[in-house]
Amino acid sequence: MPVDRPLRVIVAKAGLDGHDRGAKVIARALRDAGMEVIYTGLFQSPEQIVQTAIQEDADGIGLSILSGAHMTLFPEVLKQLQAQGAGDIVFFGGGTIPADDTAELKRLGVREVFTPGAPLSLIIEFVERECGKRRELVG
Amino acid sequence: MAKMIDRASGLGAQPSPEFEEQKTRWEASWHSRTARRGEPGSGATDRTISDLPLKPMYGPEDVAHLDLARDLAYPAEFPYTRGIHAGMYRDRLWTMRQFAGFGNAKQTNERYHFLLSQGQMGLSVAFDMPTLMGYDSDAPQSRGEVGRCGVAIDSMRDMEILFDGIDLGEITTSMTINGPAAIALAQYIATAEGKGTPRRMLGGTLQADILKEYIAQKEWIFPPRPHVRVIVDMMKFCTAEMPRWNTISISGYHIREAGSTAVQELAFTLADGFAYVEAAVKAGMDVDSFAPRLSFFFNSHIDFFEEICKFRAARRIYARRMRDKYGAKDPRSWTLRFHTQTAGCSATAQQPENNIVRVAYEAMAAVLGGTQSLHTNSMDEVLALPTEKNVEIALRTQQVLAYETNVTNVIDPLGGSYFVEALTDEMEKQAEEYFRQIDEYGGVVEAIEAGFFQHEIADASYRYQRSLETKERIIVGVNAFEKEETQGDLQLLKITEEIERGQARAVQDVRANRDAAKVEAALASLKRACADERQNVMPPLIEAVNALATEGEIVEAMVSVFGRYTERAAF
Repeated sequence: MPVDRPLRVIVAKAGLDGHDRGAKVIARALRDAGMEVIYTGLFQSPEQIVQTAIQEDADGIGLSILSGAHMTLFPEVLKQLQAQGAGDIVFFGGGTIPADDTAELKRLGVREVFTPGAPLSLIIEFVERECGKRRELVG
Repeated sequence: MAKMIDRASGLGAQPSPEFEEQKTRWEASWHSRTARRGEPGSGATDRTISDLPLKPMYGPEDVAHLDLARDLAYPAEFPYTRGIHAGMYRDRLWTMRQFAGFGNAKQTNERYHFLLSQGQMGLSVAFDMPTLMGYDSDAPQSRGEVGRCGVAIDSMRDMEILFDGIDLGEITTSMTINGPAAIALAQYIATAEGKGTPRRMLGGTLQADILKEYIAQKEWIFPPRPHVRVIVDMMKFCTAEMPRWNTISISGYHIREAGSTAVQELAFTLADGFAYVEAAVKAGMDVDSFAPRLSFFFNSHIDFFEEICKFRAARRIYARRMRDKYGAKDPRSWTLRFHTQTAGCSATAQQPENNIVRVAYEAMAAVLGGTQSLHTNSMDEVLALPTEKNVEIALRTQQVLAYETNVTNVIDPLGGSYFVEALTDEMEKQAEEYFRQIDEYGGVVEAIEAGFFQHEIADASYRYQRSLETKERIIVGVNAFEKEETQGDLQLLKITEEIERGQARAVQDVRANRDAAKVEAALASLKRACADERQNVMPPLIEAVNALATEGEIVEAMVSVFGRYTERAAF
């Protein structure tokens, strides 16, 4: 069991939203922190994102949405994770997401939501901690 | 030549011995102040937000190489560094134009009537993501996106509602749409003509800048080459039939928002502009027939002087290239007119009220830089579409700037400042260096295909983010002066799911109640025009729109000929 391989994270963009600045910055930051990062590129469906995560044996999925469609697309990814038996993958995200929507998304099962201005160090620490726990459980 | 100061025409005066002594004393005390260097709290730094090196002070030696007539000139004189109009804001204020659109056409129409009643001078349409990407509201790709970040427009019927009660012969309208720009223009023409306003009377601007979509904003449909062809068709059509219409608004705004530096924004935007000029000239148009109606759209970020210099450098570079490289003879082809929007990416979700202050500084930089029109962001746009209250504060910010601060009284008040002139010049030089690199790729389209711009911007945005992490740069409320509240009492605008369902029903209604044979015939003639470069796509587009073909259907017809673009994902 390759326990010492680096954590592997999918950075995803869904829907029609082309704002990829944040996603790319996060992808680079996680890679520079020693993780393996797969960036999906733009315009992915929730189903494609979850399939990619399963195929790549990823520990986490970070979804970035700045178009206002977060209350549709985040729950859709959660549903796909359950449907494809991948509920153990750490699902988090970020974007222009108001506080009460964040609360609702976390209630639904999104592990963390980062908004503009969130320090990279905080995001890295979160991903290392949560994906690390998942790795210990799943191997 | 570099050493010689021409006193008759140079900007740097011959320094007197007394001045030289002062300089020596100042330099000595500047260098001896190392003891205090490194003290925390000053916030001052030796680089602009875009990483251009800064001296602590500028003097005559920094501008000695500049020539008054060649590099600065008078306003309304080549190369227009100091402004494009002789009277600038003494004669006419900039146009206060707030970008707005959300939900359905009816809601947005109400916002337009509100803005016009509050003293706004022109309209600016924000479309939702499905409209921008060429999908109808009932398409599977549109789920969750309808009306969220702009207004949903599926067919001409929506456009009619959008401008209900507004005289399109009176008002000027700016439409921020790129991939389907030609379709939006066709809808606008059809709507106006349906209300009795002929197309030649219509004034406004279409963004229609597809090159920056591949570079930064990512709202493309077709691959670059057919897209540019459609833009050239629009330029030809507007030149012939719509004398008051600005065909393209070449946009740096999105390039900056995607994380570029100020110099990259300047250089990549102008390079895009020159690429359109080259494409139109190659298609047989005379540069002076279309160039007077090209306009630009820039970002105004928080680094005050860097932004002012960027605007001044843009005018100068454009004038020089248009005259000297592209052979334009009409002075109106040399003048760079631009719209400005304050930097969305400089706004913070933390302590959002602080954004009002940022917007005010950024707006002032745009005005000191000589903008022709301005959008000021609302404090809540980092979290959602703005509420009416917050839009009003943003508009009032412009009105205070225009009517209270007195910055409008003197043309280019910073002209001749050692610092401003030196930085303007430096930005021009660095932009020229980027033009050289783009030329090495063979042009803008080739550089896009090679991923050059995308990579440059991603590098810059990562460097910037790192500088925030290390607190090399401070953002109030984000990495300094933080507070345990976040969004406070801010009331946010919510777009309901009902909008999406209603809009989907509406477009299905339109499809059910139209002459299907007419739609089919119009789409068939559109496809023929797409396949034949000698034809212009605009007439069949107007025909299709009038037949009530929806945007999604029109886009599908065009995609069947042009194909769809896909980007190689890289970070």
